[in-house]
Amino acid sequence: MDVELQNIQKTFGKVHANNDISMIVRSGEVQGILGENGAGKSTLMKILSGFFKADSGSILLGGKKVVISSPADSVRLGIGMLHQDPLDFPPMKVLDNLITGSHEGMFPNRKKVIREFQELQRQFNFTISPDVYVDSLTVGERQQLEILRLLWLGAEVLILDEPTTGISAEQKQQLFSMVKLLSKQAKVIFFVTHKLEEAESLCSQIAVFRQGKNVGQVLPPYDTDKLVSMMFGKTLDRKSRSTYSQDCSNFEIENLKIDDIRVPIKNVNFCINKGEVIGLAGMEGSGQSIILRTLAGLVRPSGGHIWIKDDKGSKKDLVGKHYFTFRDAGISFLPAARLEEALIAGLNLKEHFILAEKQKGLFIDNKSAEQLTQTRIKDFNIKGTGENTIESLSGGNQQRAELALLRQPLRLLLLEHPTRGLDIESAQYIWQKMQKRCAEGASVIFVSSDLDEIINYSNRILVFYGGRVSKPLDASKVTVDDLGQLIGGKGWE
Amino acid sequence: MTTHETNSKPNRTNWIYWLLTNRVSSLFIAVILALLFTCLVILVIKADPIKLFKVLYTGSLGSMDAITQVLQSWVPMVLASLGLMFTFTAGLWNIGMEGQIEIGAIFSYGVMRIFMFADPTSNLASVPGGWVIVLSILAGIFGGAIWALLVGLLKNFGGVNEIFGGLGFNFIAHAIMLYLVYGPWKPTGVANGSTKMLPAQYWMPQLTGSYLSLWSLGIAVVAVVIVTIVLQGTHFGLKLKAVGKNNKSSFLLGIPTNRYMLLSFILCGIFAGLTGAMQVTSFNHVLNYKISGGYGYMGLMVGMLANIQPLVTAPIAFVFVALTKGAAGLGMDMHLDSNLSGVIQGTLVLFVLVMNGVRKILTKKYKGAKWTAR
Repeated sequence: MDVELQNIQKTFGKVHANNDISMIVRSGEVQGILGENGAGKSTLMKILSGFFKADSGSILLGGKKVVISSPADSVRLGIGMLHQDPLDFPPMKVLDNLITGSHEGMFPNRKKVIREFQELQRQFNFTISPDVYVDSLTVGERQQLEILRLLWLGAEVLILDEPTTGISAEQKQQLFSMVKLLSKQAKVIFFVTHKLEEAESLCSQIAVFRQGKNVGQVLPPYDTDKLVSMMFGKTLDRKSRSTYSQDCSNFEIENLKIDDIRVPIKNVNFCINKGEVIGLAGMEGSGQSIILRTLAGLVRPSGGHIWIKDDKGSKKDLVGKHYFTFRDAGISFLPAARLEEALIAGLNLKEHFILAEKQKGLFIDNKSAEQLTQTRIKDFNIKGTGENTIESLSGGNQQRAELALLRQPLRLLLLEHPTRGLDIESAQYIWQKMQKRCAEGASVIFVSSDLDEIINYSNRILVFYGGRVSKPLDASKVTVDDLGQLIGGKGWE
Repeated sequence: MTTHETNSKPNRTNWIYWLLTNRVSSLFIAVILALLFTCLVILVIKADPIKLFKVLYTGSLGSMDAITQVLQSWVPMVLASLGLMFTFTAGLWNIGMEGQIEIGAIFSYGVMRIFMFADPTSNLASVPGGWVIVLSILAGIFGGAIWALLVGLLKNFGGVNEIFGGLGFNFIAHAIMLYLVYGPWKPTGVANGSTKMLPAQYWMPQLTGSYLSLWSLGIAVVAVVIVTIVLQGTHFGLKLKAVGKNNKSSFLLGIPTNRYMLLSFILCGIFAGLTGAMQVTSFNHVLNYKISGGYGYMGLMVGMLANIQPLVTAPIAFVFVALTKGAAGLGMDMHLDSNLSGVIQGTLVLFVLVMNGVRKILTKKYKGAKWTAR
């Protein structure tokens, strides 16, 4: 079944996520979709699978124009999407998981389903027992189950969104041979990835996305350098950055090991110098956020040391200590999910400022709280009053409020996507505040999916790829190509 | 998933919109709807609604005697509701209030027993009644707090939802209660679910000619003031509120959230225990298996209606006990079941919650917020 996309447009507010995207994929093709964070890959796939509705444009299946307005529609039309996080039901048995969402009626014929499931499994050499609970399966097995389910529902077009994250090498091999077999069966496979090597080895054609546009369809043999430049395609203007001394004077991270189920991380070694900004680059979910949370004391590493230095040159290990010890040592974490993890919806600005201050006495001193609120609102240019609930503020103002809650002085600031979704003015304001903190001797470590931001504001850059962490790269020397290759999984020894 | 944006702003002078979104008028509408619904129920059972409300009125506020009785029941009602303010503020549902009241009563009566059955020649028997009462109340508070703490510990360390934990402990508390009043603590010769009456020197002082104790009334009033101050004027109250609104963010801001949750349980248990002790020392003067009086469950309704505001709790608790007391006369005067008061209370809660929901939906919808529909 050929898939044809014509002039797909999709905007989210001001963001043009899909800008006039067209492509034709014949049956039997393995279509790679390559691009950095926010290039519009997932948006397009979600339009194809009915999770989003395109603003305009049309979709043709087998030459016939179709309207897909819900995921159920797309399943009916034979399109199945494997999401990055499997959409399954962990507390249910494999068989029940299959039957849910099928059209088996009130009293499904379980024997028939088991027979069909086993037949499908035989084709691909999978060995999942239909009677076990889904939460006892590995990520890779859950993925296999999900693909089997989609095929069982009659999928002719299969969308795989970043399918190789968090699965074992063997499972990856199984997945790849499955994809090849399916392509022989004349199915269409969309393979969404940021991993260059995988795209190159598996896909029969690759479309490269950049800033919502399809910048080109590439056919094999592939030229890695060309793919990278298509993906990132930008020249840099480097801003001058603060100076700092590389004396490892603030923190030292030694052999850090974190047992995360999806992205286990090990052998992380680097220094944090006073006054420097370290940017963490990489595709989302490659381990950056886990490292930030570990350094904040929210995730406990399974090995290694986080040494905090004092002026006399002696050092203390923070690993195994409570989050409050990290906090008292001057480490602050600003999560990306502002209203979920950092601010308290339902409380007003004033109440937030009172909470963030050191408590004096039992009773709240309303007068000084009012004063504090006024100063903070002025200092941080927040558009709102002390009585405004935090959720009623705009994103930029919420972000500034988050900064206003930070204590003085601080040694380490950990920022997760600090300027995501903000307008340029707000973003610049936040970086001004950060650079001021650096000048006062604090260090900043931040995660961003915006490569420009990373190169512009970092002194050094760590690249993450599937839980691996690169050596610190000097941001004033590194090229976009170097970073692009590393982010795409090439050039790792 | 599709998103639609509502751009049409309604005419703000539209009076229906105003009535539905104004806090006071929407509450008023809820009360009227609840009354209408109650009338409907009464008509269905072929009774006269006007007469019913008359009976309710005479039974609760119609005479001085009735008023003192309402005030007397107001004390445990308001104490139980105040306790729940702490857990509600922390975002927790202490369904276990009922059992905590029972355990409080058991502890309170248990201390009384020590003095009641002491050898008349011993030192214990010569302890002044006032001290015994104080000791008994403290014991009740302790019992209630322990019973609530267990629910909190199970939640924090066992991952047991406080609703299930509380419910479980309610059954255990009641089983202990039944065992005691029909077993070791039953008066010789009778088994009517009640223990031996306390001697008069261990009763809280009462107004002559009534069961109303000004002491317990005073305790309740002071409690309203204290809880109001603690929740609305202290750092502790604000932090508890923060924990209730967003546990994760509060932890990130440096609040030891687990400790605060446990504390809210203990504080709630203290009030539950106090309620139980009041029932023993001030009103019932016995321990019986009905001593909790359903105040734990009713307190949840009062707390919801009061929107977790301790000051508002006082009048709402009053309305609730007035309805209950008034309904007691329904059986005699109208041959109706006195549980009808429960219907009125329940519908009141439901309609107030519905109107709250309507108000929230309307204000959100027309503020231009994104409207998500599946």
